[in-house]
Amino acid sequence: MNLKPETLSKIDEVITHYPTKRSAMLPLLHLIQEDIGYLPEDTSEWIAAKLDLQPINVLEVITFYPMFRQKPIGRRHVKVCRTLSCALLGGYKTCAAFEKEFHTHLGEVSPDGEVTVDFVECLASCGTAPVVMIDDELHEKVDVAKAKQLSDQIRAEAKQR
Amino acid sequence: MPAPAQRRIIFQHIDEPGYTNDIGCYVRNGGYEVLKKAVGRKPEELIDEVKKSGLRGRGGAGFPCGVKWGLVDRKSGKPIYLIVNADESEPGTFKDRYIMHQDPHQLIEGTMISCFANNVKQAYIYIRGEMPHGARILEKAIAEARAANFVGPNILGTGYSCEIFVHRGAGAYICGEETGLIESLEGKRANPRIKPPYFPAVLGLYQCPTIVNNVETLCHVKYIAEHGGEAYSKIGTPGNTGTRIFCVSGHVQRPGYYEFPAGTITMGQLLNEVCGGPLPGRTFKAVIPGGSSAKILRFGERFKGKRKVGAEMLDYDWGVEDVPMDFDSLGMIGTMGGSGGVIVMDDTVNMVEALANINAFYSHESCGQCTPCREGSLWMKKISSRMVHGLARPEDAALLKSVADQIPGRTICAFGEACSWPTQSFIAKFGDEFKQYSETKKTAKPEGAHELV
Repeated sequence: MNLKPETLSKIDEVITHYPTKRSAMLPLLHLIQEDIGYLPEDTSEWIAAKLDLQPINVLEVITFYPMFRQKPIGRRHVKVCRTLSCALLGGYKTCAAFEKEFHTHLGEVSPDGEVTVDFVECLASCGTAPVVMIDDELHEKVDVAKAKQLSDQIRAEAKQR
Repeated sequence: MPAPAQRRIIFQHIDEPGYTNDIGCYVRNGGYEVLKKAVGRKPEELIDEVKKSGLRGRGGAGFPCGVKWGLVDRKSGKPIYLIVNADESEPGTFKDRYIMHQDPHQLIEGTMISCFANNVKQAYIYIRGEMPHGARILEKAIAEARAANFVGPNILGTGYSCEIFVHRGAGAYICGEETGLIESLEGKRANPRIKPPYFPAVLGLYQCPTIVNNVETLCHVKYIAEHGGEAYSKIGTPGNTGTRIFCVSGHVQRPGYYEFPAGTITMGQLLNEVCGGPLPGRTFKAVIPGGSSAKILRFGERFKGKRKVGAEMLDYDWGVEDVPMDFDSLGMIGTMGGSGGVIVMDDTVNMVEALANINAFYSHESCGQCTPCREGSLWMKKISSRMVHGLARPEDAALLKSVADQIPGRTICAFGEACSWPTQSFIAKFGDEFKQYSETKKTAKPEGAHELV
């Protein structure tokens, strides 16, 4: 695995937070995913060696938690809340708007490689529904018009790269 | 009767102009003074204050916090851990988010007081993975508190040491269940543990005695340490002390968070006055009072019975609007106060579609270790989703109910109840709508209705 030096030092630091190494499982998976963008196939072996475990102990965790992914996604990750409070105020329309804007389907990388749109469960901001997370940022009251505006912003930021 | 005034003790500084989440601002507003006094007291005294306060856990179950602390095995010789349950995931609930983002030091002070009271040397804040900013804010706040000697070794020169670390989840709802959370913190799948023997107070994190408290609960502890358990118990009503934060979402004019003395406001006052009533041209149809697993209430139904008021037993005859919003009253009418997440649905909502949305959530979130829950939640989702997207049959209501009825009481954790209560209550309250759905589908949807599944 080709991890950045700062990721490696964060990994060594976070292991010290726990009396047993195995507890560092989720932090390590987050750090690797943040560094590489997803969890490549050798993640299980690498973490198992680091934490004195068997690879299956890691793989079973990766496959349990919805935030971990074993395949690359688009450069930007759009997560639309699907759960009741957001749906009551148009979350399904918001999601469809993002799919249309980026000519993509749920869970797929858009043809330009820029965006993956996912429908996710409750993001705990039900009072400002519908909500959307774009990478780490929460966006509130995202109706179809705001979804278009956010999509324009994503495209503008892509052009500057 | 007009609604009572809000009393913000936990949300005192939320959305206050100029209030920032750094330690300087917190200290300028009197922050950490309570901790300074608390570490000069005997830990048992602090536990007694919490017991006297009558504080009930704010994560959903409403279990008395003092009792929880009283169950901790203090003779095992093993370290005692405290875990802050910041895995706010119950649909409809969004209070802890604002505490952590806008007033993180309030949580840290409450956590440190609780740790001191229980002789805890290591605490973890388990925050849900979808709150990366919240995790960073808490990490920064802990670092500031450590620099000021409120966290870490030899706190305020007392010889007492305690560390806090932030631990991020990764998108699994079941981590809100305390034994699932503990498994997750140990680096495993979040499969809840069976009780007995795995009561966290005895065999929790690393098989050591462990206290798991919700974010808001720990903020209440700070208030109790400051003002005393007795003063706290005078806020609210007997058995439902302190304030409650209601998170209102769905079809009201002013959704949001509102803090009131517990038991002093009715559902009608909350929805009609505080939240401004239904959207223009609509009427309220149903409300889920305590997070999406709580049993639904139908506007128009009535609840009758006897209840204890002081020493007397009095008759009550309530419509949904008349129900006081406290744990006991909501429990009496067959639902629960839960986490305070109030989800409102108006007359544009079809109940089959709303249930299909909820069932999709619970089938996605079942951890899968108990067959009745894993299979039952999936079949409830499949049946309700088929009704919406494919063929709907009049007998589906009975089929859904029969699946739901076979889950509760047959699973390791309360998820079995959580996933079956929506189906059971939707069909009990709106059975006709399920039976007629095949006909309803042929007609046009009401104006303003949204796709729900």
